Amino acid sequence: MAVLVGKNTRLLVQGLGRDGAFQASRARAYGTNMAAAVHPGREGQKFEDAVPYFSSVARAVKETGANTGVIYVPAPAAADAIIEQVDAGIELIVCITEGVPVLDMMKVLAYMKGRKSRLIGPNCPGLLQPATKVKVGIIPASIVRPGTVGIVSRSGTLTYEAIAQLSTHGLGESTCVGIGGDPLHGTTFTDVLGLFQADPETEAIVMIGEIGGDREQRAAEFIKKNVKKPVVAAIVGHTAPTGKRMGHAGAIITGKAALASEKIKALKEAGVHVVDSPAYIGQKMKEIMGR
Amino acid sequence: MKIHEYQARNLLEQAGIPTLPGDVATTPSEARKIAERFTGQVVVKAQIHAGGRGKAGGVKVVSTPDEAGVAAASMLGRRLVTHQTPSGGVLVRKVLVAAAADIADELYVAVVMDGDLGVPVVMASTEGGVEIEHVAETTPEKIMRVPGDPLIGFSPYRARDMAYALGVPAELVRPTADLIVKLYRLFVDKDCSLVEVNPLVVTRPSKPGEVARIIALDAKVTLEDDALFRHPELQALHDPDQEEPLELRAAAAELSYVKLEGGRVGCMVNGAGLAMATMDITKWAGADPANFLDVGGSADEKRVEEAYRILVDDKDVEVILINLFGGILRCDAAARGIVAGAKATRHDLPIIVAMRGTNADEGLKILGDSGLKVSTAADLAGAAEGLKTILASMPAKGAHHAQGGGR
Repeated sequence: MAVLVGKNTRLLVQGLGRDGAFQASRARAYGTNMAAAVHPGREGQKFEDAVPYFSSVARAVKETGANTGVIYVPAPAAADAIIEQVDAGIELIVCITEGVPVLDMMKVLAYMKGRKSRLIGPNCPGLLQPATKVKVGIIPASIVRPGTVGIVSRSGTLTYEAIAQLSTHGLGESTCVGIGGDPLHGTTFTDVLGLFQADPETEAIVMIGEIGGDREQRAAEFIKKNVKKPVVAAIVGHTAPTGKRMGHAGAIITGKAALASEKIKALKEAGVHVVDSPAYIGQKMKEIMGR
Repeated sequence: MKIHEYQARNLLEQAGIPTLPGDVATTPSEARKIAERFTGQVVVKAQIHAGGRGKAGGVKVVSTPDEAGVAAASMLGRRLVTHQTPSGGVLVRKVLVAAAADIADELYVAVVMDGDLGVPVVMASTEGGVEIEHVAETTPEKIMRVPGDPLIGFSPYRARDMAYALGVPAELVRPTADLIVKLYRLFVDKDCSLVEVNPLVVTRPSKPGEVARIIALDAKVTLEDDALFRHPELQALHDPDQEEPLELRAAAAELSYVKLEGGRVGCMVNGAGLAMATMDITKWAGADPANFLDVGGSADEKRVEEAYRILVDDKDVEVILINLFGGILRCDAAARGIVAGAKATRHDLPIIVAMRGTNADEGLKILGDSGLKVSTAADLAGAAEGLKTILASMPAKGAHHAQGGGR
């Protein structure tokens, strides 16, 4: 068994504009089983002469048995796309779209409570599983290789950085999961850490956090109690100017917890190997795996 | 998007929240005319997108219309420097002239999104009129936080509980609860990221028969950029005078540019996490970033070219660090944009490039063949080392400015 996706993944891609179509094409070229394309007005046509287009997610699911959905639709329509996938019974929904209004996400998360779908994102790079060739999202397949390190990250491009560093040190990934950088998001660090702990394909975990919020501290608490596998973590933003990205009142919500130093302290107390610079994630993991 | 106090005040008024009467002026004589409408003291407030105005001379309480004109003249057309503005200050083009209140008590109330709870929360404190950051640091127990609900909004009973906890006079409990519910509704209706009233005041009746009132004396509203598409009427509140010219150019090109004081390394990245990581390694290499330019996840050649031009138009920049990871962004397109931007501007600047992901090899080849002073790195650690090497071969920061400075 594997984390979140696997051999049985049947991918539905919603929103095939320039970027969506490019990424769908990349996923297919990598070997991902793309079962359906959803783009209103194109029903009856085929994407790359192979994948049927549908005007609605429900119809696509009914006709193709798609179980995993990825969303590339523009931000104003992204929340509605998530709800459409929830209603159609998609098990895993990955929303790549950036710039979804936060109050839209508030409603989406409330709507999803008690329903069986899981959401990853929005504003995330999605996930990639090298052993099964499943690419749901925009993580470049050219940089990953099969292995036993699970990656979970709040940052898109920094996830790729970590992957590249692991490759440099001869290591590969079981599953890479980008959970997204928005304040309101679906699947959390803690969710993915739990999945990695239970996953026989994963031997060690890389976790990449950022300043702001207190999700890293919650992850630290969870690791202390539940995670037996080694975890290497990097927290970026030590030197970020205060107040440039987040309003002061927003920072007050979690107070000191938002600081990199506090997050690092909590993670170290939980037995996590925290690297001083995000440049040394690969090196640190090599050290640990080589023991 | 930040907006001015007078604009925020208008939004509060439209939402049915009591404020003191007032209006905005662009000249001293206008300020004088507005002040003539009121009996008693008048407050004149410089309208800039930064806090700390009071200490910097941007808020004056005066007794006559003439004095209001003088106070306005002392602010209008000047650059106001506060601890929140850039060192050069911000130009004051408008002042708010409003009736002053006789204050019995100063409170604090704000609505903000709580990312961990996933709903907006109302924060309130009896410690109004001071910086809330200070209260949070010294007496965090004096800040109440009460969550709203996606379906219900903000329950009136919760607002009433807060009003009691704030200790307002009995006759003001209902108006205060009403005000809190309306602030929450404003936050949701207008897609705000912050609605803050500091101070929220309880007035002192000035003559027998008058009653105490609860009034929003100041107002700060920040609108969520991502939701502006559905509020065309709020887009018009944008004031470009309040932003750095390069920030405006970046925004027009859908780029995110942040100017930082005191650095010499211009940084181009894609993604906020990579931006922060790049900043961390720049410090590690012994330098400070002069700015940050995040081209975002899906930039094309044209946008990257404009990004490069903005980067080098910052005169503090002496060396360029580019750290891109292709996803939707294609590295070959980015490389063409960088080359076009560099050839058209300061082509002699040293550039360190780390480029991986989608079409990275093509991108690195384009840069390698460009004839520019490019050194490439395989990863973040390599970029840090490359930056260190280049910095070691360069004169100390600012040295080239001094050469032409005639000191």
